[in-house]
Amino acid sequence: MREFGYQRAHDVTGALALLAADPDARFLGGGTNLVDLMKSGVERPARLVDVRDLPLDRVEPTADGGLRIGATVTNSDLAAHPEVRRRYPALAQAVLAGASGQLRNMATVGGNLLQRTRCGYFTDVSKPCNKRVPGSGCPAVTGEHHNHAVLGASGHCVAVHPSDMGVALTAFDAVVSYASADGPGETPLTDFYLPVGDTPHRETALPPGALITHVSLPAAPVAARSRYRKVRERASYAFAIGSVAAALTVEDGLVREARLALGAVASRPWRARAAEAVLAGAPADGATFAAAADAELAAARPLPDNGYKVTLMRNLVVSVLTELAGRDAR
Amino acid sequence: MTTTTPGPRAVRGAVGVAHTRVEGRDKVTGAARYAGEIPHPDLAHGWLVLSTVARGRILDVDTAPVLGMPGVLTVLHHGNAPRLNLDYVGMLGTPPDPTCAVFQHDGVPFAGWPVALVVAETSEEAREAAEALVVTYEREPHDTALVAGHPDAYPAASHMPAETEKGDLEERLAASAHVVDARYTTPEEQHSMMEPHAATARWDGGRLEVVDSNQGAVWVQSELAAMFSLDASSVRVRSEHIGGGFGSKGLRAHQVSAVMAATALGRPVRVVLTRRQTFTLGGYRSPTTQRIRLGAAPDGRLLALEHLSLNQTSRVYEFVEPSAGVARVMYDAEAHRTANHVVRLDVPSPTWMRAPGEAPGSFAIEAALDELATRAGVDPIELRLRNEPEVGPVSGLPFGSRNLAACFREGARRFGWADRDPRPGTRRDGRWLLGTGTAAASFGAGAAPSTALVTAEADGSFTVRITAADIGTGARTALTLIAADALETAPDRVRVRIGDSDFGHAMIAGGSMGTRSWAWAVTAAAAELRERLAVTTAVPPEGITVRSDTTAALGALARKERHSYGAQFAEVAVDTATGEVRVRRMLGVFAAGRIVNPLTARNQLVGGMTWGISMALHEEAVRDRDSGGHYAPDLAGYHVATHADVPDIEADWVDDHDPDDPVGIKGIGEIGIVGAAAAVANAVWHATGVRHRDLPIRPDRILAATAPDPAGGAADA
Amino acid sequence: MAPATSSTSSAITLNINGEKHHLPIDHRTTLLDALRERLDLTGTKKGCDQGQCGACTVLVDRRRVVSCLSLAVAAEGREITTIEGVAEGDELHPVQQAFLDLDGYQCGYCTPGQICSAIAVIEEHAAGWPSAVTDDPGPEAGPPPLTPDEIRERMSGNLCRCGAYVSIVRAVARAAESHAEHRAEAAKGTAA
Repeated sequence: MREFGYQRAHDVTGALALLAADPDARFLGGGTNLVDLMKSGVERPARLVDVRDLPLDRVEPTADGGLRIGATVTNSDLAAHPEVRRRYPALAQAVLAGASGQLRNMATVGGNLLQRTRCGYFTDVSKPCNKRVPGSGCPAVTGEHHNHAVLGASGHCVAVHPSDMGVALTAFDAVVSYASADGPGETPLTDFYLPVGDTPHRETALPPGALITHVSLPAAPVAARSRYRKVRERASYAFAIGSVAAALTVEDGLVREARLALGAVASRPWRARAAEAVLAGAPADGATFAAAADAELAAARPLPDNGYKVTLMRNLVVSVLTELAGRDAR
Repeated sequence: MTTTTPGPRAVRGAVGVAHTRVEGRDKVTGAARYAGEIPHPDLAHGWLVLSTVARGRILDVDTAPVLGMPGVLTVLHHGNAPRLNLDYVGMLGTPPDPTCAVFQHDGVPFAGWPVALVVAETSEEAREAAEALVVTYEREPHDTALVAGHPDAYPAASHMPAETEKGDLEERLAASAHVVDARYTTPEEQHSMMEPHAATARWDGGRLEVVDSNQGAVWVQSELAAMFSLDASSVRVRSEHIGGGFGSKGLRAHQVSAVMAATALGRPVRVVLTRRQTFTLGGYRSPTTQRIRLGAAPDGRLLALEHLSLNQTSRVYEFVEPSAGVARVMYDAEAHRTANHVVRLDVPSPTWMRAPGEAPGSFAIEAALDELATRAGVDPIELRLRNEPEVGPVSGLPFGSRNLAACFREGARRFGWADRDPRPGTRRDGRWLLGTGTAAASFGAGAAPSTALVTAEADGSFTVRITAADIGTGARTALTLIAADALETAPDRVRVRIGDSDFGHAMIAGGSMGTRSWAWAVTAAAAELRERLAVTTAVPPEGITVRSDTTAALGALARKERHSYGAQFAEVAVDTATGEVRVRRMLGVFAAGRIVNPLTARNQLVGGMTWGISMALHEEAVRDRDSGGHYAPDLAGYHVATHADVPDIEADWVDDHDPDDPVGIKGIGEIGIVGAAAAVANAVWHATGVRHRDLPIRPDRILAATAPDPAGGAADA
Repeated sequence: MAPATSSTSSAITLNINGEKHHLPIDHRTTLLDALRERLDLTGTKKGCDQGQCGACTVLVDRRRVVSCLSLAVAAEGREITTIEGVAEGDELHPVQQAFLDLDGYQCGYCTPGQICSAIAVIEEHAAGWPSAVTDDPGPEAGPPPLTPDEIRERMSGNLCRCGAYVSIVRAVARAAESHAEHRAEAAKGTAA
């Protein structure tokens, strides 16, 4: 690990100023991903600006029934928050499905969205990786990829985004607010992550030097009946091999509104708009749910060793929607 | 002294009664110090640099820029390291693994091979300098893939012969009413003990002192002495608390490089392996590919048994994972053939890992027996009982005590086996399919020569000194109870000191032989001490010390098949839509000789069974074919079972007494894992109707499996 | 924060187990290494150094964290509690006592992390935090029953390779019971 300077910021303006002075500087939130990447040599910042003391640590209900979540709110506080559990239960479930109690106490909402892939080629500096060293190649395409992307990937990178929280936020139309030297800005989470294309090293639409300040969730009554399910290779403390965040309301046997997002299948949390289109107004039954899943997964381009994800995601979507429909019925 | 054979089971009170660990308070308060935790005022920190190519030659180690970095003291590599002696056979009858004898040549036999040690004032400085060190290689093509039928495979002996054969296998198979012919694979598995290897080396008045984390202080001391051509008496190795070992903690690159650096710098040097480094430097369990052919009469009695196993080893060291050894002591047949083969690849050296041979071997053969039970329409327990041998199937020797049947009867009763519907794929609880499975277990009950010192102190207390190792087994506590009984005193009057090579020769914590071997020596010394005290009027201030040596007594032991046994039971739930498998309950009933401390013994057995769950469902070190190195070698990439994966496992035991055995203790460190993965895999078949012959049973493998065939297990994964 | 001694190191004060420690620190030094290498508080263990095992768990401002991914310099101004600070003098913390009595360990290397984690689990549960296995009926319902499955999920960030999970879960359950009784007694006392 390279030697680095350290400063603690106390307000957003100060944080931006501290970072702007140095292109090799990084914001330090909970550190659960950044410090690990510094140890493995993937990240070598010259300076860290610690943003955990910024006054962005509150979850505020908005008048319209949504939530405004500060960027330094810890995962634990987010998942335990009464309004999160009431209004967006799938978000609380997604956060609780991630990492461990210790890591959730450290990790922040802003940091969660900016975490890097856990692809084993990306985290190993002795191996090629287009995301880490543009142009060096992607060994995962022909190598180990059984937990890599089946949607939206390119030959340049097949890594998946590891966030659970992001999947639920994506389903609920979250908007990312940031501060930058050029003033504040905001981006819907669905546009926050850039397409992989041939630039997998460019991951987000966040302007250089910008700081995420809030994540806002618009009111979504449908989210009160929502569910997050995660499948992984052990029962806890592991990244997803597939996950689903879903919300559903049913009226007279027909889907009135549905939200669906998929995790661990792409370089970003995957909003399943094609599936949602099939669901809207259709009978709330297994056939519809399967058709919805198939519509979304028609675009899947699995690699030799991750085709199971297509089956897994289809089954998981059907299972979660069936559960929600059943719950709605009673 | 001449060792008197201790009287059989002189039960007096302490042995057999639950006792909390004597070092327990130190462990729960953080006071127990492990190897990397002894402060030295002048300590320097070493950081190993490992090869990034899987095969080739080091062309250059560019030390100059690194030597100029802050705090850097030296860089050791093949160009400046002292030459070591590798021409010896170690205490366990094996030559040294050249991976431990660091920096002796420019060759690179695998990715993750030690190429340099950077030593600096602080660990942060050492780490940064190690990362900055540029090593240039000439790269050669590598072969890191273990495949069945590899053209370079050859039969290899270990502590057992490579091959055994009797009868006409093909003829007996042809004559069989039921035949199973299947291939099973197990992946590379990592010990992953929680404490990575750590050692501090320093010279103290002409004597080399090494504080280490190992499974045998005399073992490591004798190897270091041989390797550095030192007189054994001028090397002392201590290892008081050990954060797990499971076979990985013998002589490794960290001790040898620490000794080199301490010698070069004339100050104490600590080398700690990173978690990633343990994947290539700490040994591992080789992947195996096994083929089993069973032929049986209509009633399930075996006519033919063939078990062939192939494992990988490194180019520089031959290690045999003797999976085919299981059938040599467990199951007989008129035609019986077993063989262990190895192939040398461009991979790190494997080593012993909890139940070497038995763990992967029992998975294969106990799964094959389950398949045979289905084909023959015989209950899996009944099938095993019908195949109980009278004598050792290969050795022809009598069994010491073989209480496998008692384990199955007691286990079946407690698990509720009698109510089991043998048809697969028929029980459901919501989205989960349920199933149960069973498997047999056995593990050798051996002993090796050991010495012990027992002192009667002037204040009426006793001190036991023995180079035992407590790697979490509870050995320190067990020896306290054994000594108390042998000395006819209370456990709190006995202080047991272990983990110091100055206490003399003793068996390592390994092969489930530690406690059996050490208890023998302690009991012998205690017996003679009591004779001495009987004719002594006053104990002098320095106490009275007796030293035992069990070499002669061990040599006098009659040759028999001595093993512990067990019956494993598991219930699993499988969601075939998502591929998730959860173990809902597990029971193991064991016949493992005299149980010294029920509290810690139960924990050990349950721990082994937990390993079985982990082996069946989670563990797999993945190799990247292109680079030849590991993919994601860390505890997020290599999954061991978490709390959430482990249900309320029960372990218990039946009476097990070998009248011919003076010690009665059989050892329980390994038997818990044997058969455990097979019990889980057999339960997965019972739940789903699909047979999984490749471990681990990952979600993608469940999902890829063909639909269940309720007619009787023809479906394969 | 104290003035920097150079751009890459600082003189800091760490508040550990109620005691203040002043030390110059390389910014690269993790809280884990500061405890173990600089302050001789070696009860906190290094198992992976990557946040993947939980052996280094300590409490910071009463919340459990992994100290291997915490920078020491960033821990300035926080209240740090390590395994050395959880007992009351000679009297073990109820979690420590339960681990000792029920053999909630084997090699002991993950134990300080398991104990620190368990102490926090009991508090998190009492505060009504749900877990991934909680069938959450909503915040009004209060803490869910602390079943063995709840304990297992909440403790899953602490690996134990010896496989002592079964006895660890029993130890945490016993300590949680005595904690609950304690609170009930205290509440009764207050009410009286």
